[in-house]
Amino acid sequence: MAREASTIKTRNRLNRGDGGWAYAFIAVALVVYAMFTAYPVISAFIISFQNYQPLGSTYVGFENYENVFKSALFWKAMGNTVIYTLLTVPVALLLSFGVAILIMPLRKWMQTSFKAIYYLPAVASGVALSVVWLWIFDPMQGGILNQLLGAFGIPSQNWLGSSSTSMFSLVLMSWLSSHGTSIIIYVAALLGIDNSYYEAADIDGASFLQKMWHIVIPCLKPTTLFLLVTGVIGSFQVFQNAYLMTGGGPDHSTTMVGLLIFDTAFKYFEFGDAAAQSLVLALVIAIMAFVQFKFLGKDVEY
Amino acid sequence: MGLYNNHLGNSLLKSARNAVIIILLLLFALATLFPIYFMIISSFGDPIEAGAVSYSIWPEKFSLESYKFFFNYSEYSYRWLANSLLVATVTMVSNVVFATMAGYAFAKISFRGSKVLFAILLGAMMIPYQVTQVPLYILIVNVFDISNTYRALIAPSLVTVYNIFLAKQFMSSIPKEILESAKVEGCSQFQILTRIVMPLSKTVMAVMAILTFMESWNTFFWPFLVTNTMDMQTIQVGLKNFRFANTTYFAPMMAGATVSALPMFILFFSLQKYFLEGVTVGAVKG
Repeated sequence: MAREASTIKTRNRLNRGDGGWAYAFIAVALVVYAMFTAYPVISAFIISFQNYQPLGSTYVGFENYENVFKSALFWKAMGNTVIYTLLTVPVALLLSFGVAILIMPLRKWMQTSFKAIYYLPAVASGVALSVVWLWIFDPMQGGILNQLLGAFGIPSQNWLGSSSTSMFSLVLMSWLSSHGTSIIIYVAALLGIDNSYYEAADIDGASFLQKMWHIVIPCLKPTTLFLLVTGVIGSFQVFQNAYLMTGGGPDHSTTMVGLLIFDTAFKYFEFGDAAAQSLVLALVIAIMAFVQFKFLGKDVEY
Repeated sequence: MGLYNNHLGNSLLKSARNAVIIILLLLFALATLFPIYFMIISSFGDPIEAGAVSYSIWPEKFSLESYKFFFNYSEYSYRWLANSLLVATVTMVSNVVFATMAGYAFAKISFRGSKVLFAILLGAMMIPYQVTQVPLYILIVNVFDISNTYRALIAPSLVTVYNIFLAKQFMSSIPKEILESAKVEGCSQFQILTRIVMPLSKTVMAVMAILTFMESWNTFFWPFLVTNTMDMQTIQVGLKNFRFANTTYFAPMMAGATVSALPMFILFFSLQKYFLEGVTVGAVKG
């Protein structure tokens, strides 16, 4: 007891006067945060109740929100976003989980090389990759994807130009883009599983699949939850690929909420509507993250 | 031992298993690397209109004409690279400096309000960027009236919450006894930070530097919003403009894409360790 009290005292004495240093260390960070994050968030709330004009906005109550919910395009964009998320996030999780499992028995240098290879596309800019994919999806007979499918007797498709294939094209692009981050996180988690579990399972004569089912999958649940939640959040904000590849078309078949907000704000300059849309999106994302933690995270410890 | 059974009886079976695994992994690698491969080999083709070319997935020609075509498109094309380099470098340095300072304060100094402030900062990571983009645009373009300047490109990302979080996580594991003894020896907090904490945090500072540089180099959206003349654009925005202006020039477009991606590839291959480490530093105990 006495010793504890004395250490606390020493610590207090040691820390005395450091508050000033601490505030000095965080000062720039706080100013940047206040100016470029906190203020814009508050401002977004205010703008969402206004008919924004650079000189003198007028208060319009909930009109912007009513516009959002009445707009058929907003619901279509939401639907597109949900479809895109359902088609990309689970596939990304499965692929990266599978690859991580396959990497495990290899030698260290091979593990590192494969991790580097799978991560590589993530360092290329989204604009550069979109330029490349645009040509892969070239609708002419000689387009790369059409050539490839032609070899299997499948007729040429107008990938990005037809509303029946445009969404699938974006999904395909996402499937074949970098899963490096998730793979690396899964490998780290797999390496973190204590060997004694496997040893106990070996003694009991468990097969590979039993070990997977009873050890690996439960142990990786927190990792999977983390990747799922971040994946869904990221997917709901998707903007760049849709903007650069299809511009949301044809016929709004690839207009996702992120792109719709961009168009509302910077194509039609309806800042009030855009702010309302973005806050609705933030709410949807928050609810989804909460639900995922609530229902899937029950027995997950952090 | 481990997930895989190593007692398969004979080593032949084990090598066969590993061979199958490697083939599967290579096939997946082929699929993910194909766009990059295709971009690079196609960039060496001739700068002629697409109607006249048939794409090949094998390297057939080696000519730098398409690169010339890309750089000749605009008198500012070299400047795009310089702009990107400048913006990314300043953003990187300021993030490393300020996030290290703030991370240390939040991790190791007890001061009034530290928990609340950190929680408020973290809260920002939950907010989708769409919420802030319109007010931020108004702030920079209408209120500060600095659109089309380097300040506009750099200011909003001077220091990111993610980097502060990264630094704090890493520095929390520095034993406090070291810091306390330095204190007893009469070091000020500033000396502790520069002489003890920073040398011990080289890894996380390197990770922050690289990831921030890459993020800034690759970012498209913000520079696209706040620049309106070609001389102020970054390479990503320039590439997009080039693409829309020359929709049929296949090889030059690939050359442009390669130009925008190549610096990151070089960085990646020379500092691979930090890239791969960066992924896990941020995710563990997220």
